[in-house]
Amino acid sequence: MSPTPVSPIFGRFTLEALPIHEPILVVTFAVVALGGIAVLGAITYFRLWGYLWREWFTTVDHKRIGIMYMVLGIIMLLRGFADAIMMRLQQAIAFGGSEGYLPAHHYDQVFSAHGVIMIFFVAMPLVTGLMNFVVPLQIGARDVSFPFLNNFSFWMTVSGAVIVMMSLFVGEFARTGWLAYPPLSGIIYSPDVGVDYYIWALQVAGVGTLLSGINLICTIVKMRAPGMTMMKMPVFTWTSLCTNVLIVAAFPILTAVLSLLALDRYVGTNFFTNDLGGNPMMYVNLIWIWGHPEVYILILPAFGIFSEVVSTFAGKRLFGYTSMVYATVVITILSYLVWLHHFFTMGSGASVNSFFGITTMIISIPTGAKMFNWLFTMYRGRIRFELPMMWTLAFMLTFVIGGMTGVLLAVPPADFVLHNSLFLVAHFHNVIIGGVLFGLFAGIAFWFPKAFGFKLDPFWGKMSFWFWVIGFYFAFMPLYVLGLMGVTRRLRVFDDPSLQIWFVLAGFGAFLIFLGILSFLIQIAVSIRNREKLRDFTGDPWDARTLEWATSSPPPAYNFAFTPIVHDNDAWWDMKKHGYQRPLEGFKPIHMPRNTPAGVFLAGLSMVLAVALIWYVWWLAAISFVALLATAIGHTFNNNRDFHIPAEEVVQTEGERTRLLAGHAGA
Amino acid sequence: MSADAHAEHAHGEGHAEGTLRGYLIGFGLSVVLTAIPFWLVMTGHFDSQTTALAIMGFAMVQIVVHMVFFLHMNTKSEHGWSMMALIFTLILVVITLTGSLWVMYHLNTNMMPGHDMSQMP
Repeated sequence: MSPTPVSPIFGRFTLEALPIHEPILVVTFAVVALGGIAVLGAITYFRLWGYLWREWFTTVDHKRIGIMYMVLGIIMLLRGFADAIMMRLQQAIAFGGSEGYLPAHHYDQVFSAHGVIMIFFVAMPLVTGLMNFVVPLQIGARDVSFPFLNNFSFWMTVSGAVIVMMSLFVGEFARTGWLAYPPLSGIIYSPDVGVDYYIWALQVAGVGTLLSGINLICTIVKMRAPGMTMMKMPVFTWTSLCTNVLIVAAFPILTAVLSLLALDRYVGTNFFTNDLGGNPMMYVNLIWIWGHPEVYILILPAFGIFSEVVSTFAGKRLFGYTSMVYATVVITILSYLVWLHHFFTMGSGASVNSFFGITTMIISIPTGAKMFNWLFTMYRGRIRFELPMMWTLAFMLTFVIGGMTGVLLAVPPADFVLHNSLFLVAHFHNVIIGGVLFGLFAGIAFWFPKAFGFKLDPFWGKMSFWFWVIGFYFAFMPLYVLGLMGVTRRLRVFDDPSLQIWFVLAGFGAFLIFLGILSFLIQIAVSIRNREKLRDFTGDPWDARTLEWATSSPPPAYNFAFTPIVHDNDAWWDMKKHGYQRPLEGFKPIHMPRNTPAGVFLAGLSMVLAVALIWYVWWLAAISFVALLATAIGHTFNNNRDFHIPAEEVVQTEGERTRLLAGHAGA
Repeated sequence: MSADAHAEHAHGEGHAEGTLRGYLIGFGLSVVLTAIPFWLVMTGHFDSQTTALAIMGFAMVQIVVHMVFFLHMNTKSEHGWSMMALIFTLILVVITLTGSLWVMYHLNTNMMPGHDMSQMP
């Protein structure tokens, strides 16, 4: 491809960058545009802009930011899943000389975008959202340590997501796979905007992730309710702490390695080129030093969710709390010692490979310990098979299979046969869907009543559950088989017709998962419609154990009128057991942070800066950068950051809750 | 009340306040630790590799000096959290650096010499 001339005004952008000649994209664009116009029109028609802006977009309330993260994650799940089902369809039909329906140029973007979106803009927002919503409630705090920073972090993540979505219709996305290995992602082999979209989307979103990590660590370390020592923290808070420690330690490495790649592409340095002293393998090495902790960043909070769910629905204290905490900490440290298992075949000798193979096998020990803790918690418990518990059981079965194939892949000689095959693809979908996603669904079903004041509809939840679980097995077990037969990943067309049946099966599984996602959306719609019937008046719909269930559902802006005092790991269970009485008087004004639009502006300017850099529009990059600095400095002079909720308002809110509790006593 | 409790916390114990004496000691040490490497380079007393290693050594000592005298790192500040964070950071930095060196060195020794993909059929 000949290099496009760079115009001083539009940079690399020309009208050819708009994909008007690709029918699939034009149709997608039309659908997205119509949907977008419908949503925007509805918001305008119902005059919701002011409400959304004042109460949601500019909010510093950790609960609302958490909910917005969840909404972002679910929207992006739809996009990421659209990519998945396109790949499944392509692979199911591209046999016997058929080219399928996706040209190579397009297919390569689809699998790259699928990976990037699912990890960075689905799993991460959903995990961060749950932590944001639950952790402050669980430790009896009124908000996070830095409420404004929280809002800013969220909008940076949104900006990253918008940049990725933009690449669908303006220019193109990376065609390099989700980690963009050089030399393929270097300027010589990828001269287009695709890799630049990748780099800047992740850099912008990465700032948000890092800052929210710092925020949550600070919150957990400094803002626990009196009496809650480290070893009395709920397990979800513990796993959140470890996850955020991992975020703060690992994400700077991603930022650094992407910056080096950007320097290679923009100013002609040679960090990861093949000549002039560069070494592309250094990129692979560095990105996996981030990449391996990243998978534990995703799975640890899921482990925390399962711990809360199991002890709640078994009606028992979690078995082996201390070992659970130590297992989490050990996983946190060990996750930094295994990264080479992602590139055993890159050329290291036996000593390096065996060291990393062994550390990888060791990490399965604390994970196995957790599995036994959950089993022993359930043992002789009175298990209630509500939706969160069902997801947990599906997780325990599915994740063990994924864990075992993981240990299999950790054996370097086996990895030499299986690396880059569909066996690997099946393995990591097995742990990420079976672990992270099932955990998130358990968490959503578990905490939804806390967030909105009514339970999710169980029927559609169970539909979604069965479609997802069965669909998962249909979609990924064939990939294990194909991988063992030697089929490599990211292929677009196949020659051997005997393989086709497996891909058709996998495609059928993807269709079942589609029904699962659909049922999930229906579940939310049905639950909103039936909300009065599903209403939770008590604030404790599951007879649960930790502090977030001590307050009303949804919690008031200030979470707790009085900071609870903690005597036990299962603080709320302990309070219920000892006949805790809600204080009914003596309310004081409550000091709270004030909403601010600065986060929206900063993130918006960062997005403009990123897009300008992607398209080489240097004047716009310069202006937006200066504006970004000016806004950030300007915001430091904003001293109007807090206010007091007057005591009368607290009295009124708490009084309403008292009446509600009395009206439904014994119900 | 957590917000109030939070505010109290910030003024409570565990915050190491800097003293003029501490800052002066730190400043003096930093000057000395910077001057010695300069002197080593200017005079060329040792061969270049020894000098480079010596500079790195002094740099590391200086990092410690800055942390102790300017950032008030000690085992008690923030109830020991600062120290714990520092130790964790050091562990990770050591793992990252030594690990990368080990891995990359091993790759280089195992690469076939003169293997040029552009010459492949």
